[in-house]
Amino acid sequence: MGIRVDSSKCSGCGICQKSCPFGAISIEDRKKEHPRFKRIAVISSACTLCGACAEACPFKAISIKKEEKKPTEDLTLYKGVWVIAEMSEGNFHGVTFELLGKGRELAEKRKTYLGCVLLGVGISGKARELISAGADRVIACDDPIFKDFYDTAFVETIAAMIKEHKPEIVLLGATACGRGIASRISGRLKCGLTADCTGLDIDSNGFLVQTRPAFGGNIMAEILSGNTRPQMATVRHKVFKPLATDAEKKGEVIDFPLPGGIELNMSIKDFVKDMTQHVNIADADIIVSGGRGLGSPEGFKIIEQIAETLGGAVGASRGAVDAGWIPYSHQVGQTGRTVCPKLYIACGISGAIQHLVGMQSSDVIVAINKDPNASIFQVADYGIVGDLFQVLPALVREIEQSRK
Amino acid sequence: MNFIVCVKQVPGTTDVKINPDTNTLVREGVEAVVNPFDLYAVEEAVSLKEKLGGNVTAVSMGPPQAAEALKETIAVGVDEAVLLSDRNFGGSDTLATSYTLARAIKKIGEYDMILCGYQAIDGDTAQVGPGIAEELGIPCVTYVKKIREIKDGLVTLERMLETGFQVIEVKLPVLITVVKDINTPRLPSLRGKMKARKTEIPVWTAADIACEMDRIGQPGSPTWVRKIFAPPRKTSGRILSGELERQAKELSEELKRLQLI
Ligand SMILES: Cc1cc2nc3c(=O)[nH]c(=O)nc-3n(C[C@H](O)[C@H](O)[C@H](O)COP(=O)(O)OP(=O)(O)OC[C@H]3O[C@@H](n4cnc5c(N)ncnc54)[C@H](O)[C@@H]3O)c2cc1C
Ligand SMILES: Nc1ncnc2c1ncn2[C@@H]1O[C@H](COP(=O)(O)O)[C@@H](O)[C@H]1O
Repeated sequence: MGIRVDSSKCSGCGICQKSCPFGAISIEDRKKEHPRFKRIAVISSACTLCGACAEACPFKAISIKKEEKKPTEDLTLYKGVWVIAEMSEGNFHGVTFELLGKGRELAEKRKTYLGCVLLGVGISGKARELISAGADRVIACDDPIFKDFYDTAFVETIAAMIKEHKPEIVLLGATACGRGIASRISGRLKCGLTADCTGLDIDSNGFLVQTRPAFGGNIMAEILSGNTRPQMATVRHKVFKPLATDAEKKGEVIDFPLPGGIELNMSIKDFVKDMTQHVNIADADIIVSGGRGLGSPEGFKIIEQIAETLGGAVGASRGAVDAGWIPYSHQVGQTGRTVCPKLYIACGISGAIQHLVGMQSSDVIVAINKDPNASIFQVADYGIVGDLFQVLPALVREIEQSRK
Repeated sequence: MNFIVCVKQVPGTTDVKINPDTNTLVREGVEAVVNPFDLYAVEEAVSLKEKLGGNVTAVSMGPPQAAEALKETIAVGVDEAVLLSDRNFGGSDTLATSYTLARAIKKIGEYDMILCGYQAIDGDTAQVGPGIAEELGIPCVTYVKKIREIKDGLVTLERMLETGFQVIEVKLPVLITVVKDINTPRLPSLRGKMKARKTEIPVWTAADIACEMDRIGQPGSPTWVRKIFAPPRKTSGRILSGELERQAKELSEELKRLQLI
């Protein structure tokens, strides 16, 4: 592996060990081999070459040389930025338009076209919407096989489209469906895939720079996959902004025939809409969340009331979910859902890191907690220190007042 | 029924922070844990085995210390475990990891169901499970929240989506990734702990599972990390003050100004 510790510089101080997020460094006794240096940093195979240690080392003792993987084919053959459209019940998922917005910008930087893959049944009227949202070219496959969401049908068709048209960048929504098929497509094409990006840009080599949170949002990483094509990424809903629709925009539609021999290796028997997910917190613009500070299941009544006043959805901390006050589908956080609404109001939530990672990228955060030292205030734009059972009714009154 | 569970050892998330003064990473504890979602996969495999008979094998790829994670799975009922450890595996991205795990699974040979956690809490990619299925050429169902029935070589299960769940029937062998709803993992029994302590975990290298060397580790990984850095901090927020009614009014006015209400 391309990471080296220069034994003449390493003092065995252990700073690198502390800096390694993967616990890949140990400080070992090497007196026998290096009489002058008692202790030295040793790097194990848990290393991902992320470079944190090299940056942390005060003695510049750690160097990383990445084996340049030579491209195995001519990368200049690949042109175009693609977005894979996602539909449910005949409508596009919001993330599709957001990706077209970002894709437009990337395509312009690369001086290439913006394509959009559209798979569905009876979709001929739908391509126009994608063009108005920014696409120059829609690559469409209209077939009854796409009526239900069968991963295999999507994977086979999209992989065939990519092989034929050779886009350089392919973007998908980081939805339950999108993440699964993205991984299978990248596995099939043996190309790079970066999950859940929050930033995308083009660097001076023309490579796609993919920024994403890791370790539950505690750190950010910039990831490249420039030596293989296409460069694939998934992006969460509500990270990028859609363009204003342009009904005049011109674009072409390319019909792509369904590849032969697709074997659906499973059958979808039923789809059960989950009523407790009635308002989908992942899509809501406003979320009012309650935690253990509500004290009881009845406490959620006041949360529901303010959510209704604001036209928002109800979220919860794991504390409240584990207490059995509200179903798991409402849980926000590391083991729940990641949300990114325009407004997040946290009531009676302490702000444990596992909760914060699921909501800290919300546009505006309001925290209501009676403990002035609660960590939730560290991420809040507006904080009210007080009893939520007094604050919330007052707030509802004020909001209603202001609307008159 | 033979089950294979893929288990990853991860650093406890809260351990990893950025030192804001030096902008470098600090890892406070050196505690490593079994990826929490993988514990649900282990529990599901073990309880299915108890019901249907068979064998559960846990596989992990990681440094030698990852043997500890595998021992934890033995303590809760896994029959056998294998650790894939080799310096050549270092620097693997999800594609290389999927390939390596798939090679090991091929060597283990007989399986009806492979279970993974839906994602690992260090990378949160949710890519390795489907990646293994692709490499093995078997069907894959992600986000499984319930296994309803296994009968006549078919399994019926519930797959969580954003707005509800699908009921899917799929032929074995299959790879599934599981979410938290699926069960409540048991705690290790005393006997289990004793067994775990006594078990030697076999270690397989790249040669043992006949890997193509250019598909593993850093050379086999199309993605690479260019740099890591601290997330941008929120410009510090404001704690409102004054009478409660005043605060409520001020907040409501601010929200109105920001066009949120
Ligand atoms: C592996 C792992 C994964 C986890 N995943 C998640 C996750 O996905 N999501 C999540 O949320 N948590 C998660 N947690 C749990 C997390 O660590 C916290 O335990 C949890 O978030 C605490 O919930 P809480 O803030 O509601 O409760 P508490 O921490 O008990 O906080 C209650 C707060 O309410 C305040 N309060 C009390 N009464 C009032 C009142 N009348 N008015 C105003 N304020 C009041 C208190 O001051 C306190 O700050 C996870 C933990 C682990 C170990
Ligand atoms: N190194 C590994 N060893 C064993 N299993 C792994 C490894 N990496 C990932 N997995 C499995 O794949 C799942 C998803 O991981 P990830 O794609 O990294 O989010 C995990 O929950 C594990 O079940």
